[in-house]
Amino acid sequence: MVVEYTREEELDRLVHELKTVKTSDWEFHDKDNSVYSTGKGLNKNVVEEISEIKKEPDWMRRLRLRALEIFESKPVPTWGPDLSGIDWENTSYYNRPDERKTNNWDEVPDQIKDTFTKLGIPEMEQKYLAGSVAQYDSEGVYHNLKKVWEDKGVVFMDLDSAVQKYPDLVKDYYCRAVPFSDNKFAALNGAVWSGGSFLYVPKGVQIDMPLQTYFRMNGESTGQFEHTIVVADEGSKVHYIEGCTAPRYEKNSLHSAIVEIYVKKNAKARYTSVQNWSKSVYNMPTKRSWVDENANMEWVGGSLGSKVTMLYPSSYLRGPRATASNLNISLAGPGTVKDTGAKAIHLAPFTQSKIVAKSISIEDGKAIYRGLLRINKGAVDSKSKVQCDALLINDESASLTFPHDEIYDPTATFSHEASVGRIGTEELTYLRSRGLTEDEASSMIVLGFLDDVMREIPMEFAVEMNRLIKLEMNKLGAVG
Amino acid sequence: MTTLEVKNLAASINGKQILKDVSFTINGGEIHALMGPNGAGKSTLGYVMIGHPDYVVEHGSIKIDGIELIGKLPEERARAGLFLAYQTPVAVQGVKLSAFLRMAYNQLHPDTKMKIQDFYDELRKNLNKVGLDETFMSRSVNEGFSGGERKRVEILQMMMLKPKFVVLDEIDSGLDIDALKMVAEEIKKYYSDQVGFLIITHYQRILKNIEPGYVHILVDGKVVMNGGNDLSLRIEEEGYDWIRGA
Ligand SMILES: Nc1ncnc2c1ncn2[C@@H]1O[C@H](COP(=O)(O)OP(=O)(O)OP(=O)(O)O)[C@@H](O)[C@H]1O
Ligand SMILES: [Mg+2]
Repeated sequence: MVVEYTREEELDRLVHELKTVKTSDWEFHDKDNSVYSTGKGLNKNVVEEISEIKKEPDWMRRLRLRALEIFESKPVPTWGPDLSGIDWENTSYYNRPDERKTNNWDEVPDQIKDTFTKLGIPEMEQKYLAGSVAQYDSEGVYHNLKKVWEDKGVVFMDLDSAVQKYPDLVKDYYCRAVPFSDNKFAALNGAVWSGGSFLYVPKGVQIDMPLQTYFRMNGESTGQFEHTIVVADEGSKVHYIEGCTAPRYEKNSLHSAIVEIYVKKNAKARYTSVQNWSKSVYNMPTKRSWVDENANMEWVGGSLGSKVTMLYPSSYLRGPRATASNLNISLAGPGTVKDTGAKAIHLAPFTQSKIVAKSISIEDGKAIYRGLLRINKGAVDSKSKVQCDALLINDESASLTFPHDEIYDPTATFSHEASVGRIGTEELTYLRSRGLTEDEASSMIVLGFLDDVMREIPMEFAVEMNRLIKLEMNKLGAVG
Repeated sequence: MTTLEVKNLAASINGKQILKDVSFTINGGEIHALMGPNGAGKSTLGYVMIGHPDYVVEHGSIKIDGIELIGKLPEERARAGLFLAYQTPVAVQGVKLSAFLRMAYNQLHPDTKMKIQDFYDELRKNLNKVGLDETFMSRSVNEGFSGGERKRVEILQMMMLKPKFVVLDEIDSGLDIDALKMVAEEIKKYYSDQVGFLIITHYQRILKNIEPGYVHILVDGKVVMNGGNDLSLRIEEEGYDWIRGA
């Protein structure tokens, strides 16, 4: 387990770390490792080819082709951030690093292994994970699940392997919560998906250590389109974590994932993700959960990197007393856009949702909250609470929130709170006049702003977030 | 001996020249007072000294022990030993006073390895001395503090961070009678031959207790007169007209 620190000690340690850590620790890139790519652009042949390479069953091939049709029929959404920088023609939609998949780190190709080692992945697995999957560009290259959990019937592997090994189980859940028709990016994922994780936790199995997937995008102008499915069967408990990074390139890359989480009766699922894509990535995932009777879904997200992110994890509260919480932290550095939020759809009585969104924008960085709360007729005595806090650092722009409420049941209770804080030259200079560097001053302000949410999230994640935020602030160099 | 030397300093903000010609030298062990009418540029001098980015230095120099501070970052000046107690201390949302002071201390004294516990013990002790209770440790810096509390916390920061040159910009304004005494006491206690003070004030009351050896008068961005503590007495009685006229 991780050593326990008090918060003060932790901060102290982090301060020390800040002084030693170098900027852009993960923006290194390997030479292009792909042994196979479908080349640039997207059409029916590319989709057929991906399916062919994967030796997929026919049902999956047909689903891909249908998704492609839907993708082609839908326009690029224009209601949000500017997406004109996505170069559809010049993106390679499938890049395969190596033939093999393994459950032994030693068998992972050296260069790829080096990358993951630099990112601290094997070490983390040993220390505190029940299992992990590592994906490099389009394919999972490694997956492992501790034996205790395997023996209890837990399934954890990349989705491609699961399609081969457990086709019926996959069929039951694949694109049920997120239909292709949901949006253009979900349809794109349906057509070209590759990798992602499949995690099935049988009835009553409660896993006390988290399981993690780490995604690494290496190629330039590539797309990563993983599809992840988590099923927490009745009465089970699971915590699934995702981390992502990519090197920085001049040309833009596209990440368009699907995450589907099924939380069955009396089950508990927590999904934690830290996204730190480099500033050339368009990050457009669709994440959704179905939460059944008396089940609980927790979304915890940190969105630090990328050029543009559009992300609104959704919870469909389908059974009585289902609950969902959504805690999101977005950091919009200079020149980047975070259009993030959450959706809670109350479909049954006595359901509850809680959304806490914290955003930080620096200089011309834009952090926008966009949310949807719907309480259907018949979802009696349901409750929802939405809180959006924004911090603007040297940022003259207004913080934007677009909450959208559709309340159809008169017994529903809901509340919205919003706050905006501004930090400028005066505050920073005051702290600096006491000896703090500009980076330290702004990361202290940012971490202070996040303090209340950091207390609610797992320590490992809080530490990781702290570290990444400091690194991000550091990377920005002179703020102001 | 440690020395702070300001020479022929001129500076502007938003294209408007505020400081026109400021010179003085403070040695370790000396207490100087700076007086002058409202708008003369006293606070401006403090900001220019700490390197506030809104101010442009047109000419002149600010040296500590012969090392030029102009062109250096605020944090570098702090590390050189300079400290300014603000006339209006800035509130910083979300930054806990204790964590902030700890981080600042570590920056300013990288070679003194002070255990976190010892640091907080000292912080508690000093909070007590400036008449504030422990709950201030976990409050955000100056946020929601009363005017007088902010001034006390400026003195607290001086006590914790141990600077070599202390500029106090109207530390006496907003303090109640007892607090004023306390602040004068703490200044005297902190005083040593290793420390130099520049006390910016309008009134005798704080100087009576501290008795500066040197008094400088700033009018319209220029140091127009230098003298001993008797100069401050005369200003208290007669104001500045006789100087302007002179
Ligand atoms: N941003 C600014 N733009 C233009 N003028 C400014 C600006 N900031 C300060 N000034 C002017 O600079 C002059 C000096 O201000 P300063 O605060 O240094 O005076 P002071 O001597 O400290 O006065 P007081 O005794 O009232 O505290 C004032 O006339 C003030 O209006
Ligand atoms: Mg002033």
